[in-house]
Amino acid sequence: MTITSEPIPAQNMPVPVQDIPASDIAALGLRESSTFDRATIADIQRAAATGVYDIRGWGAKRKVPHFDDLLFLGASMSRYPLEGYREKCDTDVVLGDRYATRPLHLQTPVTIAGMSFGALSANAKEALGRGASEVGTSTTTGDGGMTPEERGQSKHLVYQYLPSRYGMNPDDLRKADAIEIVLGQGAKPGGGGMLLGQKITERVAGMRTLPVGIDQRSASRHPDWTGPDDLEIKIGELREITDWKTPIYVKIGASRPYYDTALAVKSGADVVVVDGMQGGTAATQQVFIENVGIPTLAAIPQAVQALQELGVHRKVQLIVSGGIRTGADVAKAMALGADAVAIGTAALIALGDNDPSYAAEYAALGSAAGFYDDFQDGRDPAGITTQDPELASRLDPVAAGHRLANYLRVLTMEAQTIARACGKSHLHNLEPEDLVALTIEASAMARVPLAGTSWIPGAK
Amino acid sequence: MVTLTAPETSTAATHQEAETVDASSAGAILDTFSVDLAGSPVRELNQALHNAVDGQAWTVTTPEGKHSLAVGINAHVTVTIDGHAGYYAAGMHQKGDVTINGNAGVGLAENIMSGRVHVKGDASQSAAATGHGGLVVIDGNASARCGISMKGVDIVVGGNIGHMSAFMAQAGRLVVCGDAGDALGDSIYEARIYVQGTVESLGADCIEKPMKAEHLAELGELLTAAGRTDNPANFKRYGSARNLYHFSVHNSTQY
Amino acid sequence: MCGIAALQLRNPLLHPQMGSLLSSMMCQIVDRGPDSAGVAVYNTPGLVSPGTSTLSLLGKDQGVPLDAITRELEKLLPSSAATAVRVVGDTTLVSAAVGTDLLVKAVSETLPGSTIIGRGEHVAVMKSVGHPMEIAAEHGLEAMAGSQGLSHTRMATESAVTAGGSHPFSVADDLCLVHNGSFSNHATVRRDLKREGVVFDSENDTEVGARYVASRLQQGDTLEEALVNLGKVLDGFYTLVVTTADSMAVVRDPIACKPAIIAETDDYVAMASEYRALAALPGIENARIFEPEPGKVYTWSL
Repeated sequence: MTITSEPIPAQNMPVPVQDIPASDIAALGLRESSTFDRATIADIQRAAATGVYDIRGWGAKRKVPHFDDLLFLGASMSRYPLEGYREKCDTDVVLGDRYATRPLHLQTPVTIAGMSFGALSANAKEALGRGASEVGTSTTTGDGGMTPEERGQSKHLVYQYLPSRYGMNPDDLRKADAIEIVLGQGAKPGGGGMLLGQKITERVAGMRTLPVGIDQRSASRHPDWTGPDDLEIKIGELREITDWKTPIYVKIGASRPYYDTALAVKSGADVVVVDGMQGGTAATQQVFIENVGIPTLAAIPQAVQALQELGVHRKVQLIVSGGIRTGADVAKAMALGADAVAIGTAALIALGDNDPSYAAEYAALGSAAGFYDDFQDGRDPAGITTQDPELASRLDPVAAGHRLANYLRVLTMEAQTIARACGKSHLHNLEPEDLVALTIEASAMARVPLAGTSWIPGAK
Repeated sequence: MVTLTAPETSTAATHQEAETVDASSAGAILDTFSVDLAGSPVRELNQALHNAVDGQAWTVTTPEGKHSLAVGINAHVTVTIDGHAGYYAAGMHQKGDVTINGNAGVGLAENIMSGRVHVKGDASQSAAATGHGGLVVIDGNASARCGISMKGVDIVVGGNIGHMSAFMAQAGRLVVCGDAGDALGDSIYEARIYVQGTVESLGADCIEKPMKAEHLAELGELLTAAGRTDNPANFKRYGSARNLYHFSVHNSTQY
Repeated sequence: MCGIAALQLRNPLLHPQMGSLLSSMMCQIVDRGPDSAGVAVYNTPGLVSPGTSTLSLLGKDQGVPLDAITRELEKLLPSSAATAVRVVGDTTLVSAAVGTDLLVKAVSETLPGSTIIGRGEHVAVMKSVGHPMEIAAEHGLEAMAGSQGLSHTRMATESAVTAGGSHPFSVADDLCLVHNGSFSNHATVRRDLKREGVVFDSENDTEVGARYVASRLQQGDTLEEALVNLGKVLDGFYTLVVTTADSMAVVRDPIACKPAIIAETDDYVAMASEYRALAALPGIENARIFEPEPGKVYTWSL
C-alpha cells in the first residue's frame, strides 16, 4: 500500500496498520513503539471495535526459549559415534506398562497429539490415523469423541477423557488402545475448550449432544473428581471398566509440572503427558494462549525430576508436546528425559495446513499461507480445521496421511542421525549430558550447561 | 469396520425417550449369584459382571463404601448392592439394572448410557454426571452437581439436590421431588428440569418455563418409572433461556 | 490432597475405644494420602493429664537423652512442675504443670532445633512420614483412649513430603486443623500474618489456615466465627476439620468439590472424606449420615 499524506482515522483504515511495508516506515523516518507495536495496536483496535476478546488457534506466537537454544555434543574421541545408516539405532518405545496389561508398543517415539473431530474434519482425523499407522505410532482423539474414520484407520488410538465428556461412552472406551485423562492443555492450562458455532454441524452436534450451530463451551474441571486423591479413585474406575488392560495417561498443561507430574504418578497414571505453552489449540482466547503456562523446554526437566525422585523415570513414561517440529527437537526432548513426544500443529502442516497452493484463498480470509490461525472459523481452505463439507472434501485422507507418514519418518530419521552421532544405539540412551545451551535462559530452563562452560544457572 | 457411536449417543438436539429396559424384558432370570465383598476383591466382582450374560441376578453384600462397584456393566443383568457404595458405583452403566440398598458416593452412575440405577438412600455429589441415557433414581437426597453435564439421562430424586446441579446440562430430564440448591441449571443447554419444592436460585441462562400438557405427561411417566406417586401438577419446569448459545458482548459477565 | 477422619465421642463409655475406632477409620483413607500422616488425640490417659501442659515434639530423637532434657527443663521450670519427657512412637512428649507458654519457652531454649507439633492441656499430636497405618501402629493408636481424635493422611501437593508438613497443624493450645484441598492465595495470607508477627514452621498451605484460625481465636472470635472469617480470606478448595479441647468443627468451601461425610448418633459425631471410613463404626446403620453443605460451618461441643 502507499501512505497518503493525510492521516487516516483508524476506523477507516483500508488495511490493517501492520501491513505497512517496513521500507515505507524507514523512508518516512517513522519509529515503531516497542510497547505499542503494530500487532498491539491492531489488537486494541479489534477489541474496541468488537467488545469481545480475540479467539484463535495455533498456539503461542511469542518467542520463548526453545529447543533451538540447545545443541548436541556429537561424539569424537571421548565418546564414539555409531556408523550412520549401518549401525542400528532403535527408535521403538513401550508406553503404559506400569499397571496396564496391554501397553502400547510404538515403532517411533513421535505420536500424534489429541485434536478433536469438530475442530478437525473427519477426513483430517482419518488422515492422522492413516499417517500414524503407516509408521507404527499412535494418534489421539480429542474433545468430542471417537469417529469410525479415525478408529478404523488408527492402529494405536488414544481416547481422550476430558472434562466435557463429549462423546464419551464405554463402548469406545473399551475399543481404545489407551485412555488419556486430560487435565489441561499447554496452550491453556486451567482453561476449558471451546468450539464456535460455525463448526457445530449436525454430525458434530450429534456426537456432543448439543444443539446444531451453537457456540460450545467446555468445562475446565472434570465433573466428578477434583485433585489427585479423587483422580486415583477415578483411574481405578477406568481400570475396572477396561479390566486393567488399557494404559491410562494423564495429560497436563505445563505450569507446575514438577508437582503435577508427581501427583499424576501418585494417582496411578501409567504415562504422564506434559504439554508446553507452545502447544497448539483449535480455539482459545489469545490472552490465554500467550500468557498462561510455561515453555516446553522449562517443563521437561521439572517433570523428569519428579519422576526420578519417585523412582519411576522410564517406568512411568513421559510424553512431551508443544512446539516439536524437527528430529532435532525430538532428540532434544528425549535427551532431557522424555520417552516420547507428541505433535499437533506440525502434523496439521504436514497434512497440508497453511499450504501455499491456497495462497489466494488465505488472502481472501485476510490472512496468508503460513499465518492462518482462525481455526475457530471453520473456513480453512486446506479443508483440515473445518466442518464445511465442500472444504473438507479437498483433503484426500490417503494422500494427506501419506504426507504425514513421510514427515514422521523424517522426524524419526533425523533423531536417529543425531543419536548415532552421540554414540547411541537407541534414542532412549540420549541424556542431558549430550546437550549444551546457547543462551543463559535455555541453560537455566533445560538444566544443561551453557555451551563451552560447565555452568548451569541456578544449579546447586 | 466397527461401529463406534452407541445408539443412545446418536441424537443431539432432539429428545430421546428414556430407555428403561430391565432384566425381565430381556428374558427370565437365568441364574442368581452372590458376592460378599468382605472376602472378595472388587476386581473379581467387576470381572464377573463383565463376563455375565443377560438374565443373571447378582447380589453384593458388605460393600462398606468401596469404590467402583459394578462399573462397566454391559448386559441385561440385575445387581443388588446391600449397603453403602463408594465413588462411581455403576459407572458407565449400560443395559442392566443396579439397585443400591444404601447410600452412594461421588459420581453415582457417571456417564450412564442405558439401563437403570436405583439408590434407596442418598447420593453424593455429581450423581449421574454426564449420563447419556437410562434412568437414575435416588430415593433420598443428592448433593452438589447432580446431573452435571447430563447428556440424555433421566434422573429422579425423591429428596433434595445440592448446588450447581444440572450445570451445563445438555439433554435428558432431571426431576426433583424436594428442593434444589443454588445455581440450578447454570449454563444449561437442552435438558429439562422439574422441581416440586423450592429452588434456592437459578444459574445463568436457566429460567422457569411453562408446564404444558406434554411436560405433565413426560413428568408423570418419569415419576411412575421411578415408582413415585407425586402429582406432576405440583412441579415447576426449568430450562434454558438460550441466551448464552452464542457469544455476545452483552452477556460477557454471564460466562 | 488427603484423607480425613475425625471422631468426637459423646458417650464416655466409648472413650476407651477411641483409638481403635479412629484407627479403623484411618485405615480406609490411606489411599487418599499415602505419603505421610498425623493423628491428634484428646484427653488420652498416659499422654496428657488435667492441670498439666503437654507439648508434642516432632521425632523420637531430639539429639539429647531424655533424662538430660528433663534435667535441663527442670532448671528452667518450678520444682513443683513435675516435668516429664517421654517418647511415644516417633513423637516426644514433654509435660509440666505450668502454663503452655512457659513450657514452650523452656523447650525452645533447651531444644532449639525441635519442632513443636502440638500443645495444650488436652491434646497430643503425632505425625511422621511413611505409610499411615505404620505410623498409627508405631504410636500405638489402637490402644489409646480419649474423648476426640483427628487423623489425616497426606498426598503432598506443593510442599515437601516431610513430617513437619503433615497434618494436623496444632498452633495454639488444644487447637488442631486438618485440610483436604488446596488454598490458592495462601502465600498472600501468609505474608499478611507474618506482618502481624505470626511465625510459621513450614511452607505448607494448611499451616496458613491453622495460623489464621488461631489468630482469629486470639482476637476473640468463636470457633464458628473464625471459620466464617477464614472463608472470606482464604480462596481455593478446602474441606477443613478443626478441633479444640471440647469442640469439633467441619467446613467446606462454597464450591465444595473435596468430599466430606458426617455420621451422627447419640454416642458420637464422626467425619470422614469417604463413607467407607465410617462403615465400621458402632451403630452406623442407625446414624444420621449427611454431607456438610457448601460454605456452612458445623460445630459440635462435648
